Amino acid sequence: MDALPQKSLLRFLTCGSVDDGKSTLIGRLLYDTKLILEDQLAALTRDSRKHGTVGEDIDFALLVDGLEAEREQGITIDVAYRFFTTPRRSFIVADTPGHEQYTRNMATGASNSEAAVILIDARKGVLTQTRRHSYICSLLGIRHVILAVNKIDLVEFSGERFHHIVAEYLGFAQGLGFESITPIPVSARFGDNITQRSERIRWYDGPTLLEHLEQLEVEQTLDAKPFRFPVQWVNRPNLDFRGFSGTVASGVIRLGDRIAVAASGKESTVARIVTADGDLDEARAGDAVTLTLADEVDIARGDVLARSEDRPEVVDQFAAHVLWMSEEAMLPGRSYMLRIGTRYLQARITSLRHKIDVNTLEHIAARTLALNEIGLCNLATSAPIAFDPYTANREMGAFILIDRYTNATAGAGMIEFGLRRATNIHRQNLLIDKGARVAQNGHKPAILWFTGLSGSGKSTIANIVERELHARDARTYMLDGDNVRHGLNRDLGFTDADRVENIRRVGEVAKLFVDAGMIVMCSFISPFRAERRMVRELVGGDEFIEVFIDTPLSECMRRDPKGLYARATAGQIKNFTGIDSPYEPPEAAEIVVQTRDLSAEAAAQQILEMLRERQIIA
Amino acid sequence: MSTSHLKRLEAESIAIMREVAAEFRNPVMLYSIGKDSGVMLHLAMKAFYPSKPPFPLLHVDTTWKFRDMIAHRDSIVERYGVKLLVYTNPEGAARGINPIASGSQLHTQVMKTDALKQALDKWGFDAAFGGARRDEEKSRAKERVFSFRSAGHVWDPRNQRPELWHLYNTRINKGETIRVFPLSNWTELDIWQYTRAENIPVVPLYFAAERPVVQRDGLLIMRDDERLPLKAGEVPQMRRVRFRSLGCYPLSAAIESDAATLDDIIEEMLSTRTSERSGRLIDSDEAASMEKKKREGYF
Repeated sequence: MDALPQKSLLRFLTCGSVDDGKSTLIGRLLYDTKLILEDQLAALTRDSRKHGTVGEDIDFALLVDGLEAEREQGITIDVAYRFFTTPRRSFIVADTPGHEQYTRNMATGASNSEAAVILIDARKGVLTQTRRHSYICSLLGIRHVILAVNKIDLVEFSGERFHHIVAEYLGFAQGLGFESITPIPVSARFGDNITQRSERIRWYDGPTLLEHLEQLEVEQTLDAKPFRFPVQWVNRPNLDFRGFSGTVASGVIRLGDRIAVAASGKESTVARIVTADGDLDEARAGDAVTLTLADEVDIARGDVLARSEDRPEVVDQFAAHVLWMSEEAMLPGRSYMLRIGTRYLQARITSLRHKIDVNTLEHIAARTLALNEIGLCNLATSAPIAFDPYTANREMGAFILIDRYTNATAGAGMIEFGLRRATNIHRQNLLIDKGARVAQNGHKPAILWFTGLSGSGKSTIANIVERELHARDARTYMLDGDNVRHGLNRDLGFTDADRVENIRRVGEVAKLFVDAGMIVMCSFISPFRAERRMVRELVGGDEFIEVFIDTPLSECMRRDPKGLYARATAGQIKNFTGIDSPYEPPEAAEIVVQTRDLSAEAAAQQILEMLRERQIIA
Repeated sequence: MSTSHLKRLEAESIAIMREVAAEFRNPVMLYSIGKDSGVMLHLAMKAFYPSKPPFPLLHVDTTWKFRDMIAHRDSIVERYGVKLLVYTNPEGAARGINPIASGSQLHTQVMKTDALKQALDKWGFDAAFGGARRDEEKSRAKERVFSFRSAGHVWDPRNQRPELWHLYNTRINKGETIRVFPLSNWTELDIWQYTRAENIPVVPLYFAAERPVVQRDGLLIMRDDERLPLKAGEVPQMRRVRFRSLGCYPLSAAIESDAATLDDIIEEMLSTRTSERSGRLIDSDEAASMEKKKREGYF
């Protein structure tokens, strides 16, 4: 491919508040760089009459607002990618939405950009969204900002107004760590200072927007960083070839270099750097290659290869900024799927250190993150991961969190630092182990997890089951929702976040009982599938038995043994499950007990029978 | 070298393909025979080298492709040594759905969109590569690289998964699928420059030659076989034409051109004032028609 033009590529995004003219600016860039073709122009003229907001003129925003809903509402909802090229450079532009509710799409555009064009309406000056987007750009690692003060024609091309806005912005952006901030007065609609120097803004002698984008030096520092190679795919066409395919995340690797697998510490040397165009002597950041090694080393997808003498950190707990992108709030304690590099694994947010007010950049105490909120969190993963802090290496410090039920992308994270605790607390080796205890007890340990609505009969039935087990000499214990809340979980309320933490603590305690070889009855409404699953995954596959006490809400309300439903429906109790807080029934409980036409004694017998079938008891 | 524009695009596409091979149970590559498919297949050969691509190609045949396209398809399969599946909607074929009598809209719905969904279901594919590019059309510019489809192959453009960095979310539940677009960030010019640089074979119809055409509604339609009925007094004329975009021949308009080599095509592109899809009759069926077709399952 040596004959190809060696033009460089710049990826940037446009952002700023609603109606600051982002889409119009891109439309204007495409138009002025002759990338709008005749049939597209004809369609645009048609669309402008139908949806346009600029009278008889062509509405350039309609070029990029590609979804029907966007054209109808005259706003940008999702990020659009546009391409244009000049003799000096090729560009990929991410046009991102200005509305606060679509902030996650703005962040998507920023994640792969090297520079940001932040638009400001000259009439309005610096707005909340200007600050929000500047902060997100900074957080996502963008170091070059172009401040396009747009609609300058509507303030009579006033230099005074321009300088006032620039001063205000610079004051705000001081703490954001941008390397360059270039203010340019423009009119996207009329093309002033976009690709052509404006005759109407004589007091400005800096570059036009396009000139600046063509010249902007975005340092290619990835090559200079330590070598990192996340293994993407193990390439095994036959028994004689075993290669590791992937893209070099950063740094350079050469034939014969000594490498190590970050997590296991196993070492080898690079034997070949294979590509379809022939073997290479070296591979650099961004190259998609296949490495073979001199030794048989156990390596799988998800492993990170590094130079032996310069390895990434390996931890299972770390602190990270998280941008929440799901309608369903982030809850500390809940288990999510985390993707970092080429690796998926389970993770929990163990604590939310603080939330960030993006207008003032102040830190605020909080228990959850709602859609589009940003916080600094501690996370724990189910196995150690290799990483570099995001500020040092975007490719190695970024991760996403995925909802384990819907598989929606729920959060985006940037690792700040590892938490040493992970490596300092070693488990105490014990002389008597679980197996020894089980042997003495004469039955298997298990968690019997009773879930169901308040008043469904969980505790009543669990009590009878324990009485029967006790009569059979089984070693048992009962953890009951109300009792635990009087002691261990006295500090927790009934918000979603507290419910999750409540169940997490109970789960950990139950796990200790299982380790002690006992059968532990847990009677908790535990309304969320995610938390029940979390407890299930704490213990062995056959040690968690979900007992769904399936009593319809109407029946529970009729029984109302503690008078709680009456108070909840009267509005005296908030967040009451079944009334104004959801209950998610189990999808695959080990046993479902329908109590409507069954006595508590008979229900208990069904459960005991199931325990015999599962050989928990004899 | 690492900053070269095309090399970056190539590496990005290769990474996307490897990702699919690693994460999906049963992927497939949609092969439509055109220039984009040609580049996509070429990239797949590179991505897995020295292995072969660990998935088959699928061609959804409407039975109305140019004869040259089918010949090219068969020669490519042999040349690259890959497995090809061909599928035609049996009901549509039995009912004689065709682009002329049935109209382009119904033909596209039955023989392309429905056929594609049937084929994906038949073989149980959970990920399908397509050669679509974001510069082709406005609603494509909004689509993700890993584009989620709910059960029934439905696209919900207003509720797409955020796609940050290169951390593609590849996770799906049973019955759900992903369409993957490894050429998302390529432009038409990139495709031709890469095709030239890498010597990728393309269908001869892209090059100018004397071909029998009729003029209808200002568009030049090639009479590829006897199935294209002639209107009263209509006589096909030999004109020097080529195609910028290839589909069903009655729905693909030719342009008059002298571009007979890849160099000529690239030069012509740099001076052209119309877009490549201007010759696609199905795009202008109705306003926002591509978005609508895509929601229903079209690629």
